[in-house]
Amino acid sequence: MFPASRYTCKAHRCIRALVTLQKDPSAPQLYSSIHRRTCSSASTTRITTHYTIHPRDKDARWEGMEMERFADEADVVIVGGGPAGLSAAIRLKQLANEQEKELRVCLVEKAPQLGAHTLSGACLEPRALIELFPDWKERGAPLHTPVTEDVFSIFTEKHRIPVPILPGLPMQNHGNYIVRLGNLVRWLGEQAEELGVEIYPGYAAAEVLFHEDGSVKGIATNDVGIAKDGSPKDTFERGMELHAKVTVFGEGCHGHLAKQLYKQFNLRENCEPQTYAIGLKELWMIDEKKWKPGRTEHSVGWPLDRHTYGGSFLYHLNEGEPLVALGFVVGLDYSNPYLSPFREFQRWKHHPFIAATLEGGQRIAYGARALNEGGFQCIPKLTFPGGLLIGCSPGFMNVPKIKGTHTAMKSGILAAEAIFPKVTAENLDSETAGLHIPEYSNNLENSSVWKELHAVRNIRPSFHNYFGLYGGMVYTGIFYWILRGKEPWTLKHRGLDANQLKPAKDCKPIEYPKPDGKISFDLLSSVALSGTNHEGDQPPHLTLKDDRIPVEKNLAIYDGPEQRFCPAGVYEYVPVETGDGMRLQINAQNCVHCKTCDIKDPSQNINWVVPEGGGGPAYNGM
Amino acid sequence: MSGRVLVGVKRVIDYAVKIRVKPDNTGVVTDGVKHSMNPFCEIAVEEAVKLKEKKLVKEVVAVSCGPQQSQETIRTALAMGADRGIHVEVSGNDYETLGPLQVSKIMAALAKKEDAQIIILGKQAIDDDCNQTGQMTAALLDWPQGTFASEVTLDGDKIKVVREIDGGLETIKINTPAVLTADLRLNTPRYATLPNIMKAKKKKIANVKPADLGVNLTSKLEVLRVEDPPQRQAGMKVETVEDLVGKLKELGKV
Repeated sequence: MFPASRYTCKAHRCIRALVTLQKDPSAPQLYSSIHRRTCSSASTTRITTHYTIHPRDKDARWEGMEMERFADEADVVIVGGGPAGLSAAIRLKQLANEQEKELRVCLVEKAPQLGAHTLSGACLEPRALIELFPDWKERGAPLHTPVTEDVFSIFTEKHRIPVPILPGLPMQNHGNYIVRLGNLVRWLGEQAEELGVEIYPGYAAAEVLFHEDGSVKGIATNDVGIAKDGSPKDTFERGMELHAKVTVFGEGCHGHLAKQLYKQFNLRENCEPQTYAIGLKELWMIDEKKWKPGRTEHSVGWPLDRHTYGGSFLYHLNEGEPLVALGFVVGLDYSNPYLSPFREFQRWKHHPFIAATLEGGQRIAYGARALNEGGFQCIPKLTFPGGLLIGCSPGFMNVPKIKGTHTAMKSGILAAEAIFPKVTAENLDSETAGLHIPEYSNNLENSSVWKELHAVRNIRPSFHNYFGLYGGMVYTGIFYWILRGKEPWTLKHRGLDANQLKPAKDCKPIEYPKPDGKISFDLLSSVALSGTNHEGDQPPHLTLKDDRIPVEKNLAIYDGPEQRFCPAGVYEYVPVETGDGMRLQINAQNCVHCKTCDIKDPSQNINWVVPEGGGGPAYNGM
Repeated sequence: MSGRVLVGVKRVIDYAVKIRVKPDNTGVVTDGVKHSMNPFCEIAVEEAVKLKEKKLVKEVVAVSCGPQQSQETIRTALAMGADRGIHVEVSGNDYETLGPLQVSKIMAALAKKEDAQIIILGKQAIDDDCNQTGQMTAALLDWPQGTFASEVTLDGDKIKVVREIDGGLETIKINTPAVLTADLRLNTPRYATLPNIMKAKKKKIANVKPADLGVNLTSKLEVLRVEDPPQRQAGMKVETVEDLVGKLKELGKV
């Protein structure tokens, strides 16, 4: 009757169904299936197509595909080429060379080059580096800026209250260096390669492999060539398996494989759930007249209220050009779903004290990453048969100092020293195929890392009182500065960050000022500066356990906080194409691998998995 | 016939990275910036490897001109299937002034030295967008050229090339030896997977200096200044044609 081509797909189905009905009135089944389809509120296209949510062995499109993986053996495999992983690799090879033993150490890193996914303030305490390389200076380690000045302020909207940094307070930086951690990581990588470590950047560890006895056998790298809808492309190739006697996991804060290992080996049964913060950072080339090399500035207070943990940093680097690194940290246990850490950062820059430094300058880089805030109370069991955890992955950050690099490196060194004798032993009696190295935990508990974290364990939880920030500062003054953390009690954190959000109806939206394009900027131009990119035609790596929850729960109850806490604009609630309602759009290509969404999603529905290796930000000396 | 294919690969700043002009306006910042193989060079390597897999050529040699880091780019080509690599060492000021003329002289010299039958290059590099090296190389060697290739078929000692041109597609048949330059739709490059990267470590990369090839790198071009493009001005919306004409008159355009 009617030219069928003029109608939409849905109408096509209806017309066809009606035509069938006209011919065969006894076809109730067909009618009810049409009824169901036209009445569904969810769109028929899936958001999540990743094989971790939709297994391929039940997927018809994968029938007959060759799924065998090439496997190789090493003595130790290290996941993650950050300060911890590289320190472990270096120490292992130093020991092997000293004792003239053969040792194959392989390190895989998802970034396309070492340092590209590294982001930190950073004010480095050099002691772990000195331990690794006493001659670091002759070797040319990029520590060019000793700290010369330490400034701490409490900000109000227009003014600042200076706080004296007395010696002994955790924020004191004498003897430390302002570094561009990405450059230090790159340098560590060069040292590691010289020592004989095999480093493979651009290959992400996507899966943990297990022996039959349940111990860790190694890892498998990511598959490549899977299309956005989850089907195999012509370029499909399986990842590779790297087997090892011991696998060291140094994925950084909130690693995705570590998340699996916690469940698999029940590593968190005797510690509190980890709490986090998000750190956003920019690099600015400023007016030379304002440049004060070696100066570190920290602030608390405005624009955050006293119940939202957070603060800022601004470091003047001394590497030949007037470069400053500045950033803002917001504790992810905040309760107002209308809070946007990115916009807090942008408006903080307008504070007179900060704007004065930035005026006339140019922003040259942007990035963001989650960091640990849990400290001592949140350290999980660190070892399991076949592997162990190092660095910010289990989390050794000294929160009041906001320093985690030296403890991460130390944990890598201790891990290497515990692994080496066992992995080179002639006749080792091991219960499991993958070696268990509990000596690592023992060594760590007897080390400076443990003492340090124990001393500051109560500072962060002390913020959870009526006076918020000010109560915390008073507590720090009394119990840390005077008593050195020797109080016999250990305060608790509040629980999972994801559970701290209040429903949107109980909270007030925050009025953020519009970015002025000179000091503050919009989100998308910031994301462009991170250089992030991913192969477009791949399943989104921000997987949802249930595609319906974002609209049904996150948007309905919390007004979609993911559109505000993601520092890269990955999550957007957009109107559906036909009809009423919203749907979640995931712009996976923007992701900067900060892990905040996996941490803060109130429904804990988002599971961040690793995308094709080589994708992600392209930080340069961040 | 040697059955040898030379493929040129260039190490360029990754296409997704935001370019920044150096404060002294002499160039762009490259230190520590993420680099990768020029996308058109990836397509060239893929085509060469495909020819080898079809047994139409015997050996694929990847060539790159540049500093030490160019070896990583050659390594990626080896992981994609090239048999061996040649790294032509060019660094410092020579590298700053290295352009299509110098590279084509190098490629021509290498083609004679290696007795190459086919040279495949990317049609252009994404950093300078010159689109000259392939054409210059063919001219220096007095070889036929099949540029902007979207389809390549070997036919005895001739090559059929379908070229993407402004008006559509042009099919030509050229003699070998020849120079081809790859366009976007020639193929989809394969991934350099980890097992192949590991195998590539065992493949040879020869080190050659331009002087050994008898090539003079001096450039007659001098870069005076590099600047950011002017900021895009905001547009104006008008309601009617009269408004438009009025506005244009105001700006002195009409």
